[in-house]
Amino acid sequence: MEMVHTAPVLELQSVDKSFGPIDVLHGISLKVHAGEVLCLLGDNGAGKSTLIKTLAGVHQPTRGKILMDGAEVSFATPRDAAERGIATVHQFGGTFPLMSIGRSFFVGVEPTKGWGPFRIFDRKKANDIAVKAVRDFGITRIDDGDRLVGGLSGGERQSLAIARAVHFGARVLILDEPTAALGVKQAAHVLRIINEAKRRGLAVIFITHQVMHAMAVGDHFAVLIRGAIAADFRRGEKTREEITDLMAGGETMADLEASIDAQERRHA
Amino acid sequence: MSVLSAFLRRPAAGSIVSLIAVVGFYILFGGVNVVTLFGAASWLNFAANLGIIAIPVGILMIAGEMDISIGAMIPAGSMVTAIISGYYGLPIWVAILAVVGVGVLVGLVNGLLTVNTTVPSLIVTLGTLVALQGIVLSVSVFLTDSVSVALEAPPWAKLAFGQLIGGSHQVIILWWLGLTLVFAAFLHLSPIGNWVFAMGGDKVSARNAGIPTRKLTIGLFMVSAIAAAFVGMCQTIQFNSAQVSGGMGYIFNAIVSVVVGGVLLTGGFGSVFGIFFGTLTFAIVSQGIYFTQIDRNWSNLIIGVTLLIAVGMNESFRKLAMTAIRKKGTK
Repeated sequence: MEMVHTAPVLELQSVDKSFGPIDVLHGISLKVHAGEVLCLLGDNGAGKSTLIKTLAGVHQPTRGKILMDGAEVSFATPRDAAERGIATVHQFGGTFPLMSIGRSFFVGVEPTKGWGPFRIFDRKKANDIAVKAVRDFGITRIDDGDRLVGGLSGGERQSLAIARAVHFGARVLILDEPTAALGVKQAAHVLRIINEAKRRGLAVIFITHQVMHAMAVGDHFAVLIRGAIAADFRRGEKTREEITDLMAGGETMADLEASIDAQERRHA
Repeated sequence: MSVLSAFLRRPAAGSIVSLIAVVGFYILFGGVNVVTLFGAASWLNFAANLGIIAIPVGILMIAGEMDISIGAMIPAGSMVTAIISGYYGLPIWVAILAVVGVGVLVGLVNGLLTVNTTVPSLIVTLGTLVALQGIVLSVSVFLTDSVSVALEAPPWAKLAFGQLIGGSHQVIILWWLGLTLVFAAFLHLSPIGNWVFAMGGDKVSARNAGIPTRKLTIGLFMVSAIAAAFVGMCQTIQFNSAQVSGGMGYIFNAIVSVVVGGVLLTGGFGSVFGIFFGTLTFAIVSQGIYFTQIDRNWSNLIIGVTLLIAVGMNESFRKLAMTAIRKKGTK
């Protein structure tokens, strides 16, 4: 348990976020260590996306602190967060479907060859590095960096985006519902990639509302309800039913079924 | 088979197929003499004047923007050249610098208005198009009391910008070919070309990836304005006079060429060679009809049908490029 002695890579201490008079997040405290997957569970409207945007530098906390490696930090822009190694991968992965794998992998940091004003984009190098990076994550179906990102499956696009983040030195990986739009097989694919990122020592924040997916890879779980942490527990401390009940807002699944039954009887 | 499927996935594929189809149509149904058609200068001159404008407009469209103010930049470039060098008799190089300067200025205005507001650049440049027409007309009348000014360019300027090669081919054709290569190198070889595609694909992600989207947008607007002014200048030097009107036809012609050339209207996809062949296709459809026995009144119908067929092909080729995944082990 030497992990206890090292500072978490990313930590939130009593973070509040309000937009004018509307409080969206209250008293959020979270930690994620290197080589650990923190699952952030919550129903729609629980404040998950505001929390992600606060972690990624899009929003600044109204109150509270963000710490990295134990030291307080503040992100003015998404660029600031990215430069400190926080990478966000969105639901649909790569955002440039009409660009080639190699070109989209290196957007903004294009490798070049030649000199002076005649420096040209090094397509072969970009393609080789991108294909290798994604193959190292076990996606062996990708072998041609000239292929368009839009031609990849949903799972492959997620994997490419994760491989890209890792290649460019991400330390914290924020995955926003990466499995939500995927079929069972594709989702399993992405879960394997998450495990691989964890094995490589990244701190992963996995946002989902699919309890099964969270339980498959999570070390640590936090349930978000109406902008506050309703429960915070470690792997094995709660069953799937208990977590589902928590996400439904304390109301148990059994209560919910009973109320639906009662309603049906009334209308019968 | 793989060569064919690789070809069809290129953005230029639709325009090359359209070009072949149009020439084939004219030969089979129009009774065109191939030797006469390819020996003629009219469609090449037309394509060159249009192509120099269509490429930077197309690059802007790939970046997710639009510039229709080029319609007023052509007469602006013409009048600036003729007023400075013809009316006031200043050296032609002063006029050339002023043409570039006006292009930079108009591009800057278009660019600043686009990046600082949420107004689509189609509307921004519609505004600057009309405003610029008013400025060109008023300033010309104010300075020269006329809407048309004569110019006698010195021989070196004639040679560079406005002579006929072999008595029929405008020298601007060479500029078009050269600029096509320069633009192609910029878009497809330089790292900044990659930024253009990223910006057209998703502006927010591109900005988050560290691309200076504002500067790049403004720069691209400057290039399209300078290109249109340059064409206006060349026409003035060629024909020894400038008029305040004209140029509006270039707006639609450039957009048709760009779209036939495989550029996606919403940005993020396209190529310079596609635009090049799109321009050639458009030029042959509209000018080649004079070499056929087809009544020229039909030419707009043929242009419209060509546009729809080319766009349809581009759409399906792009889908092919997106979905067709080469299975492992097959080549």
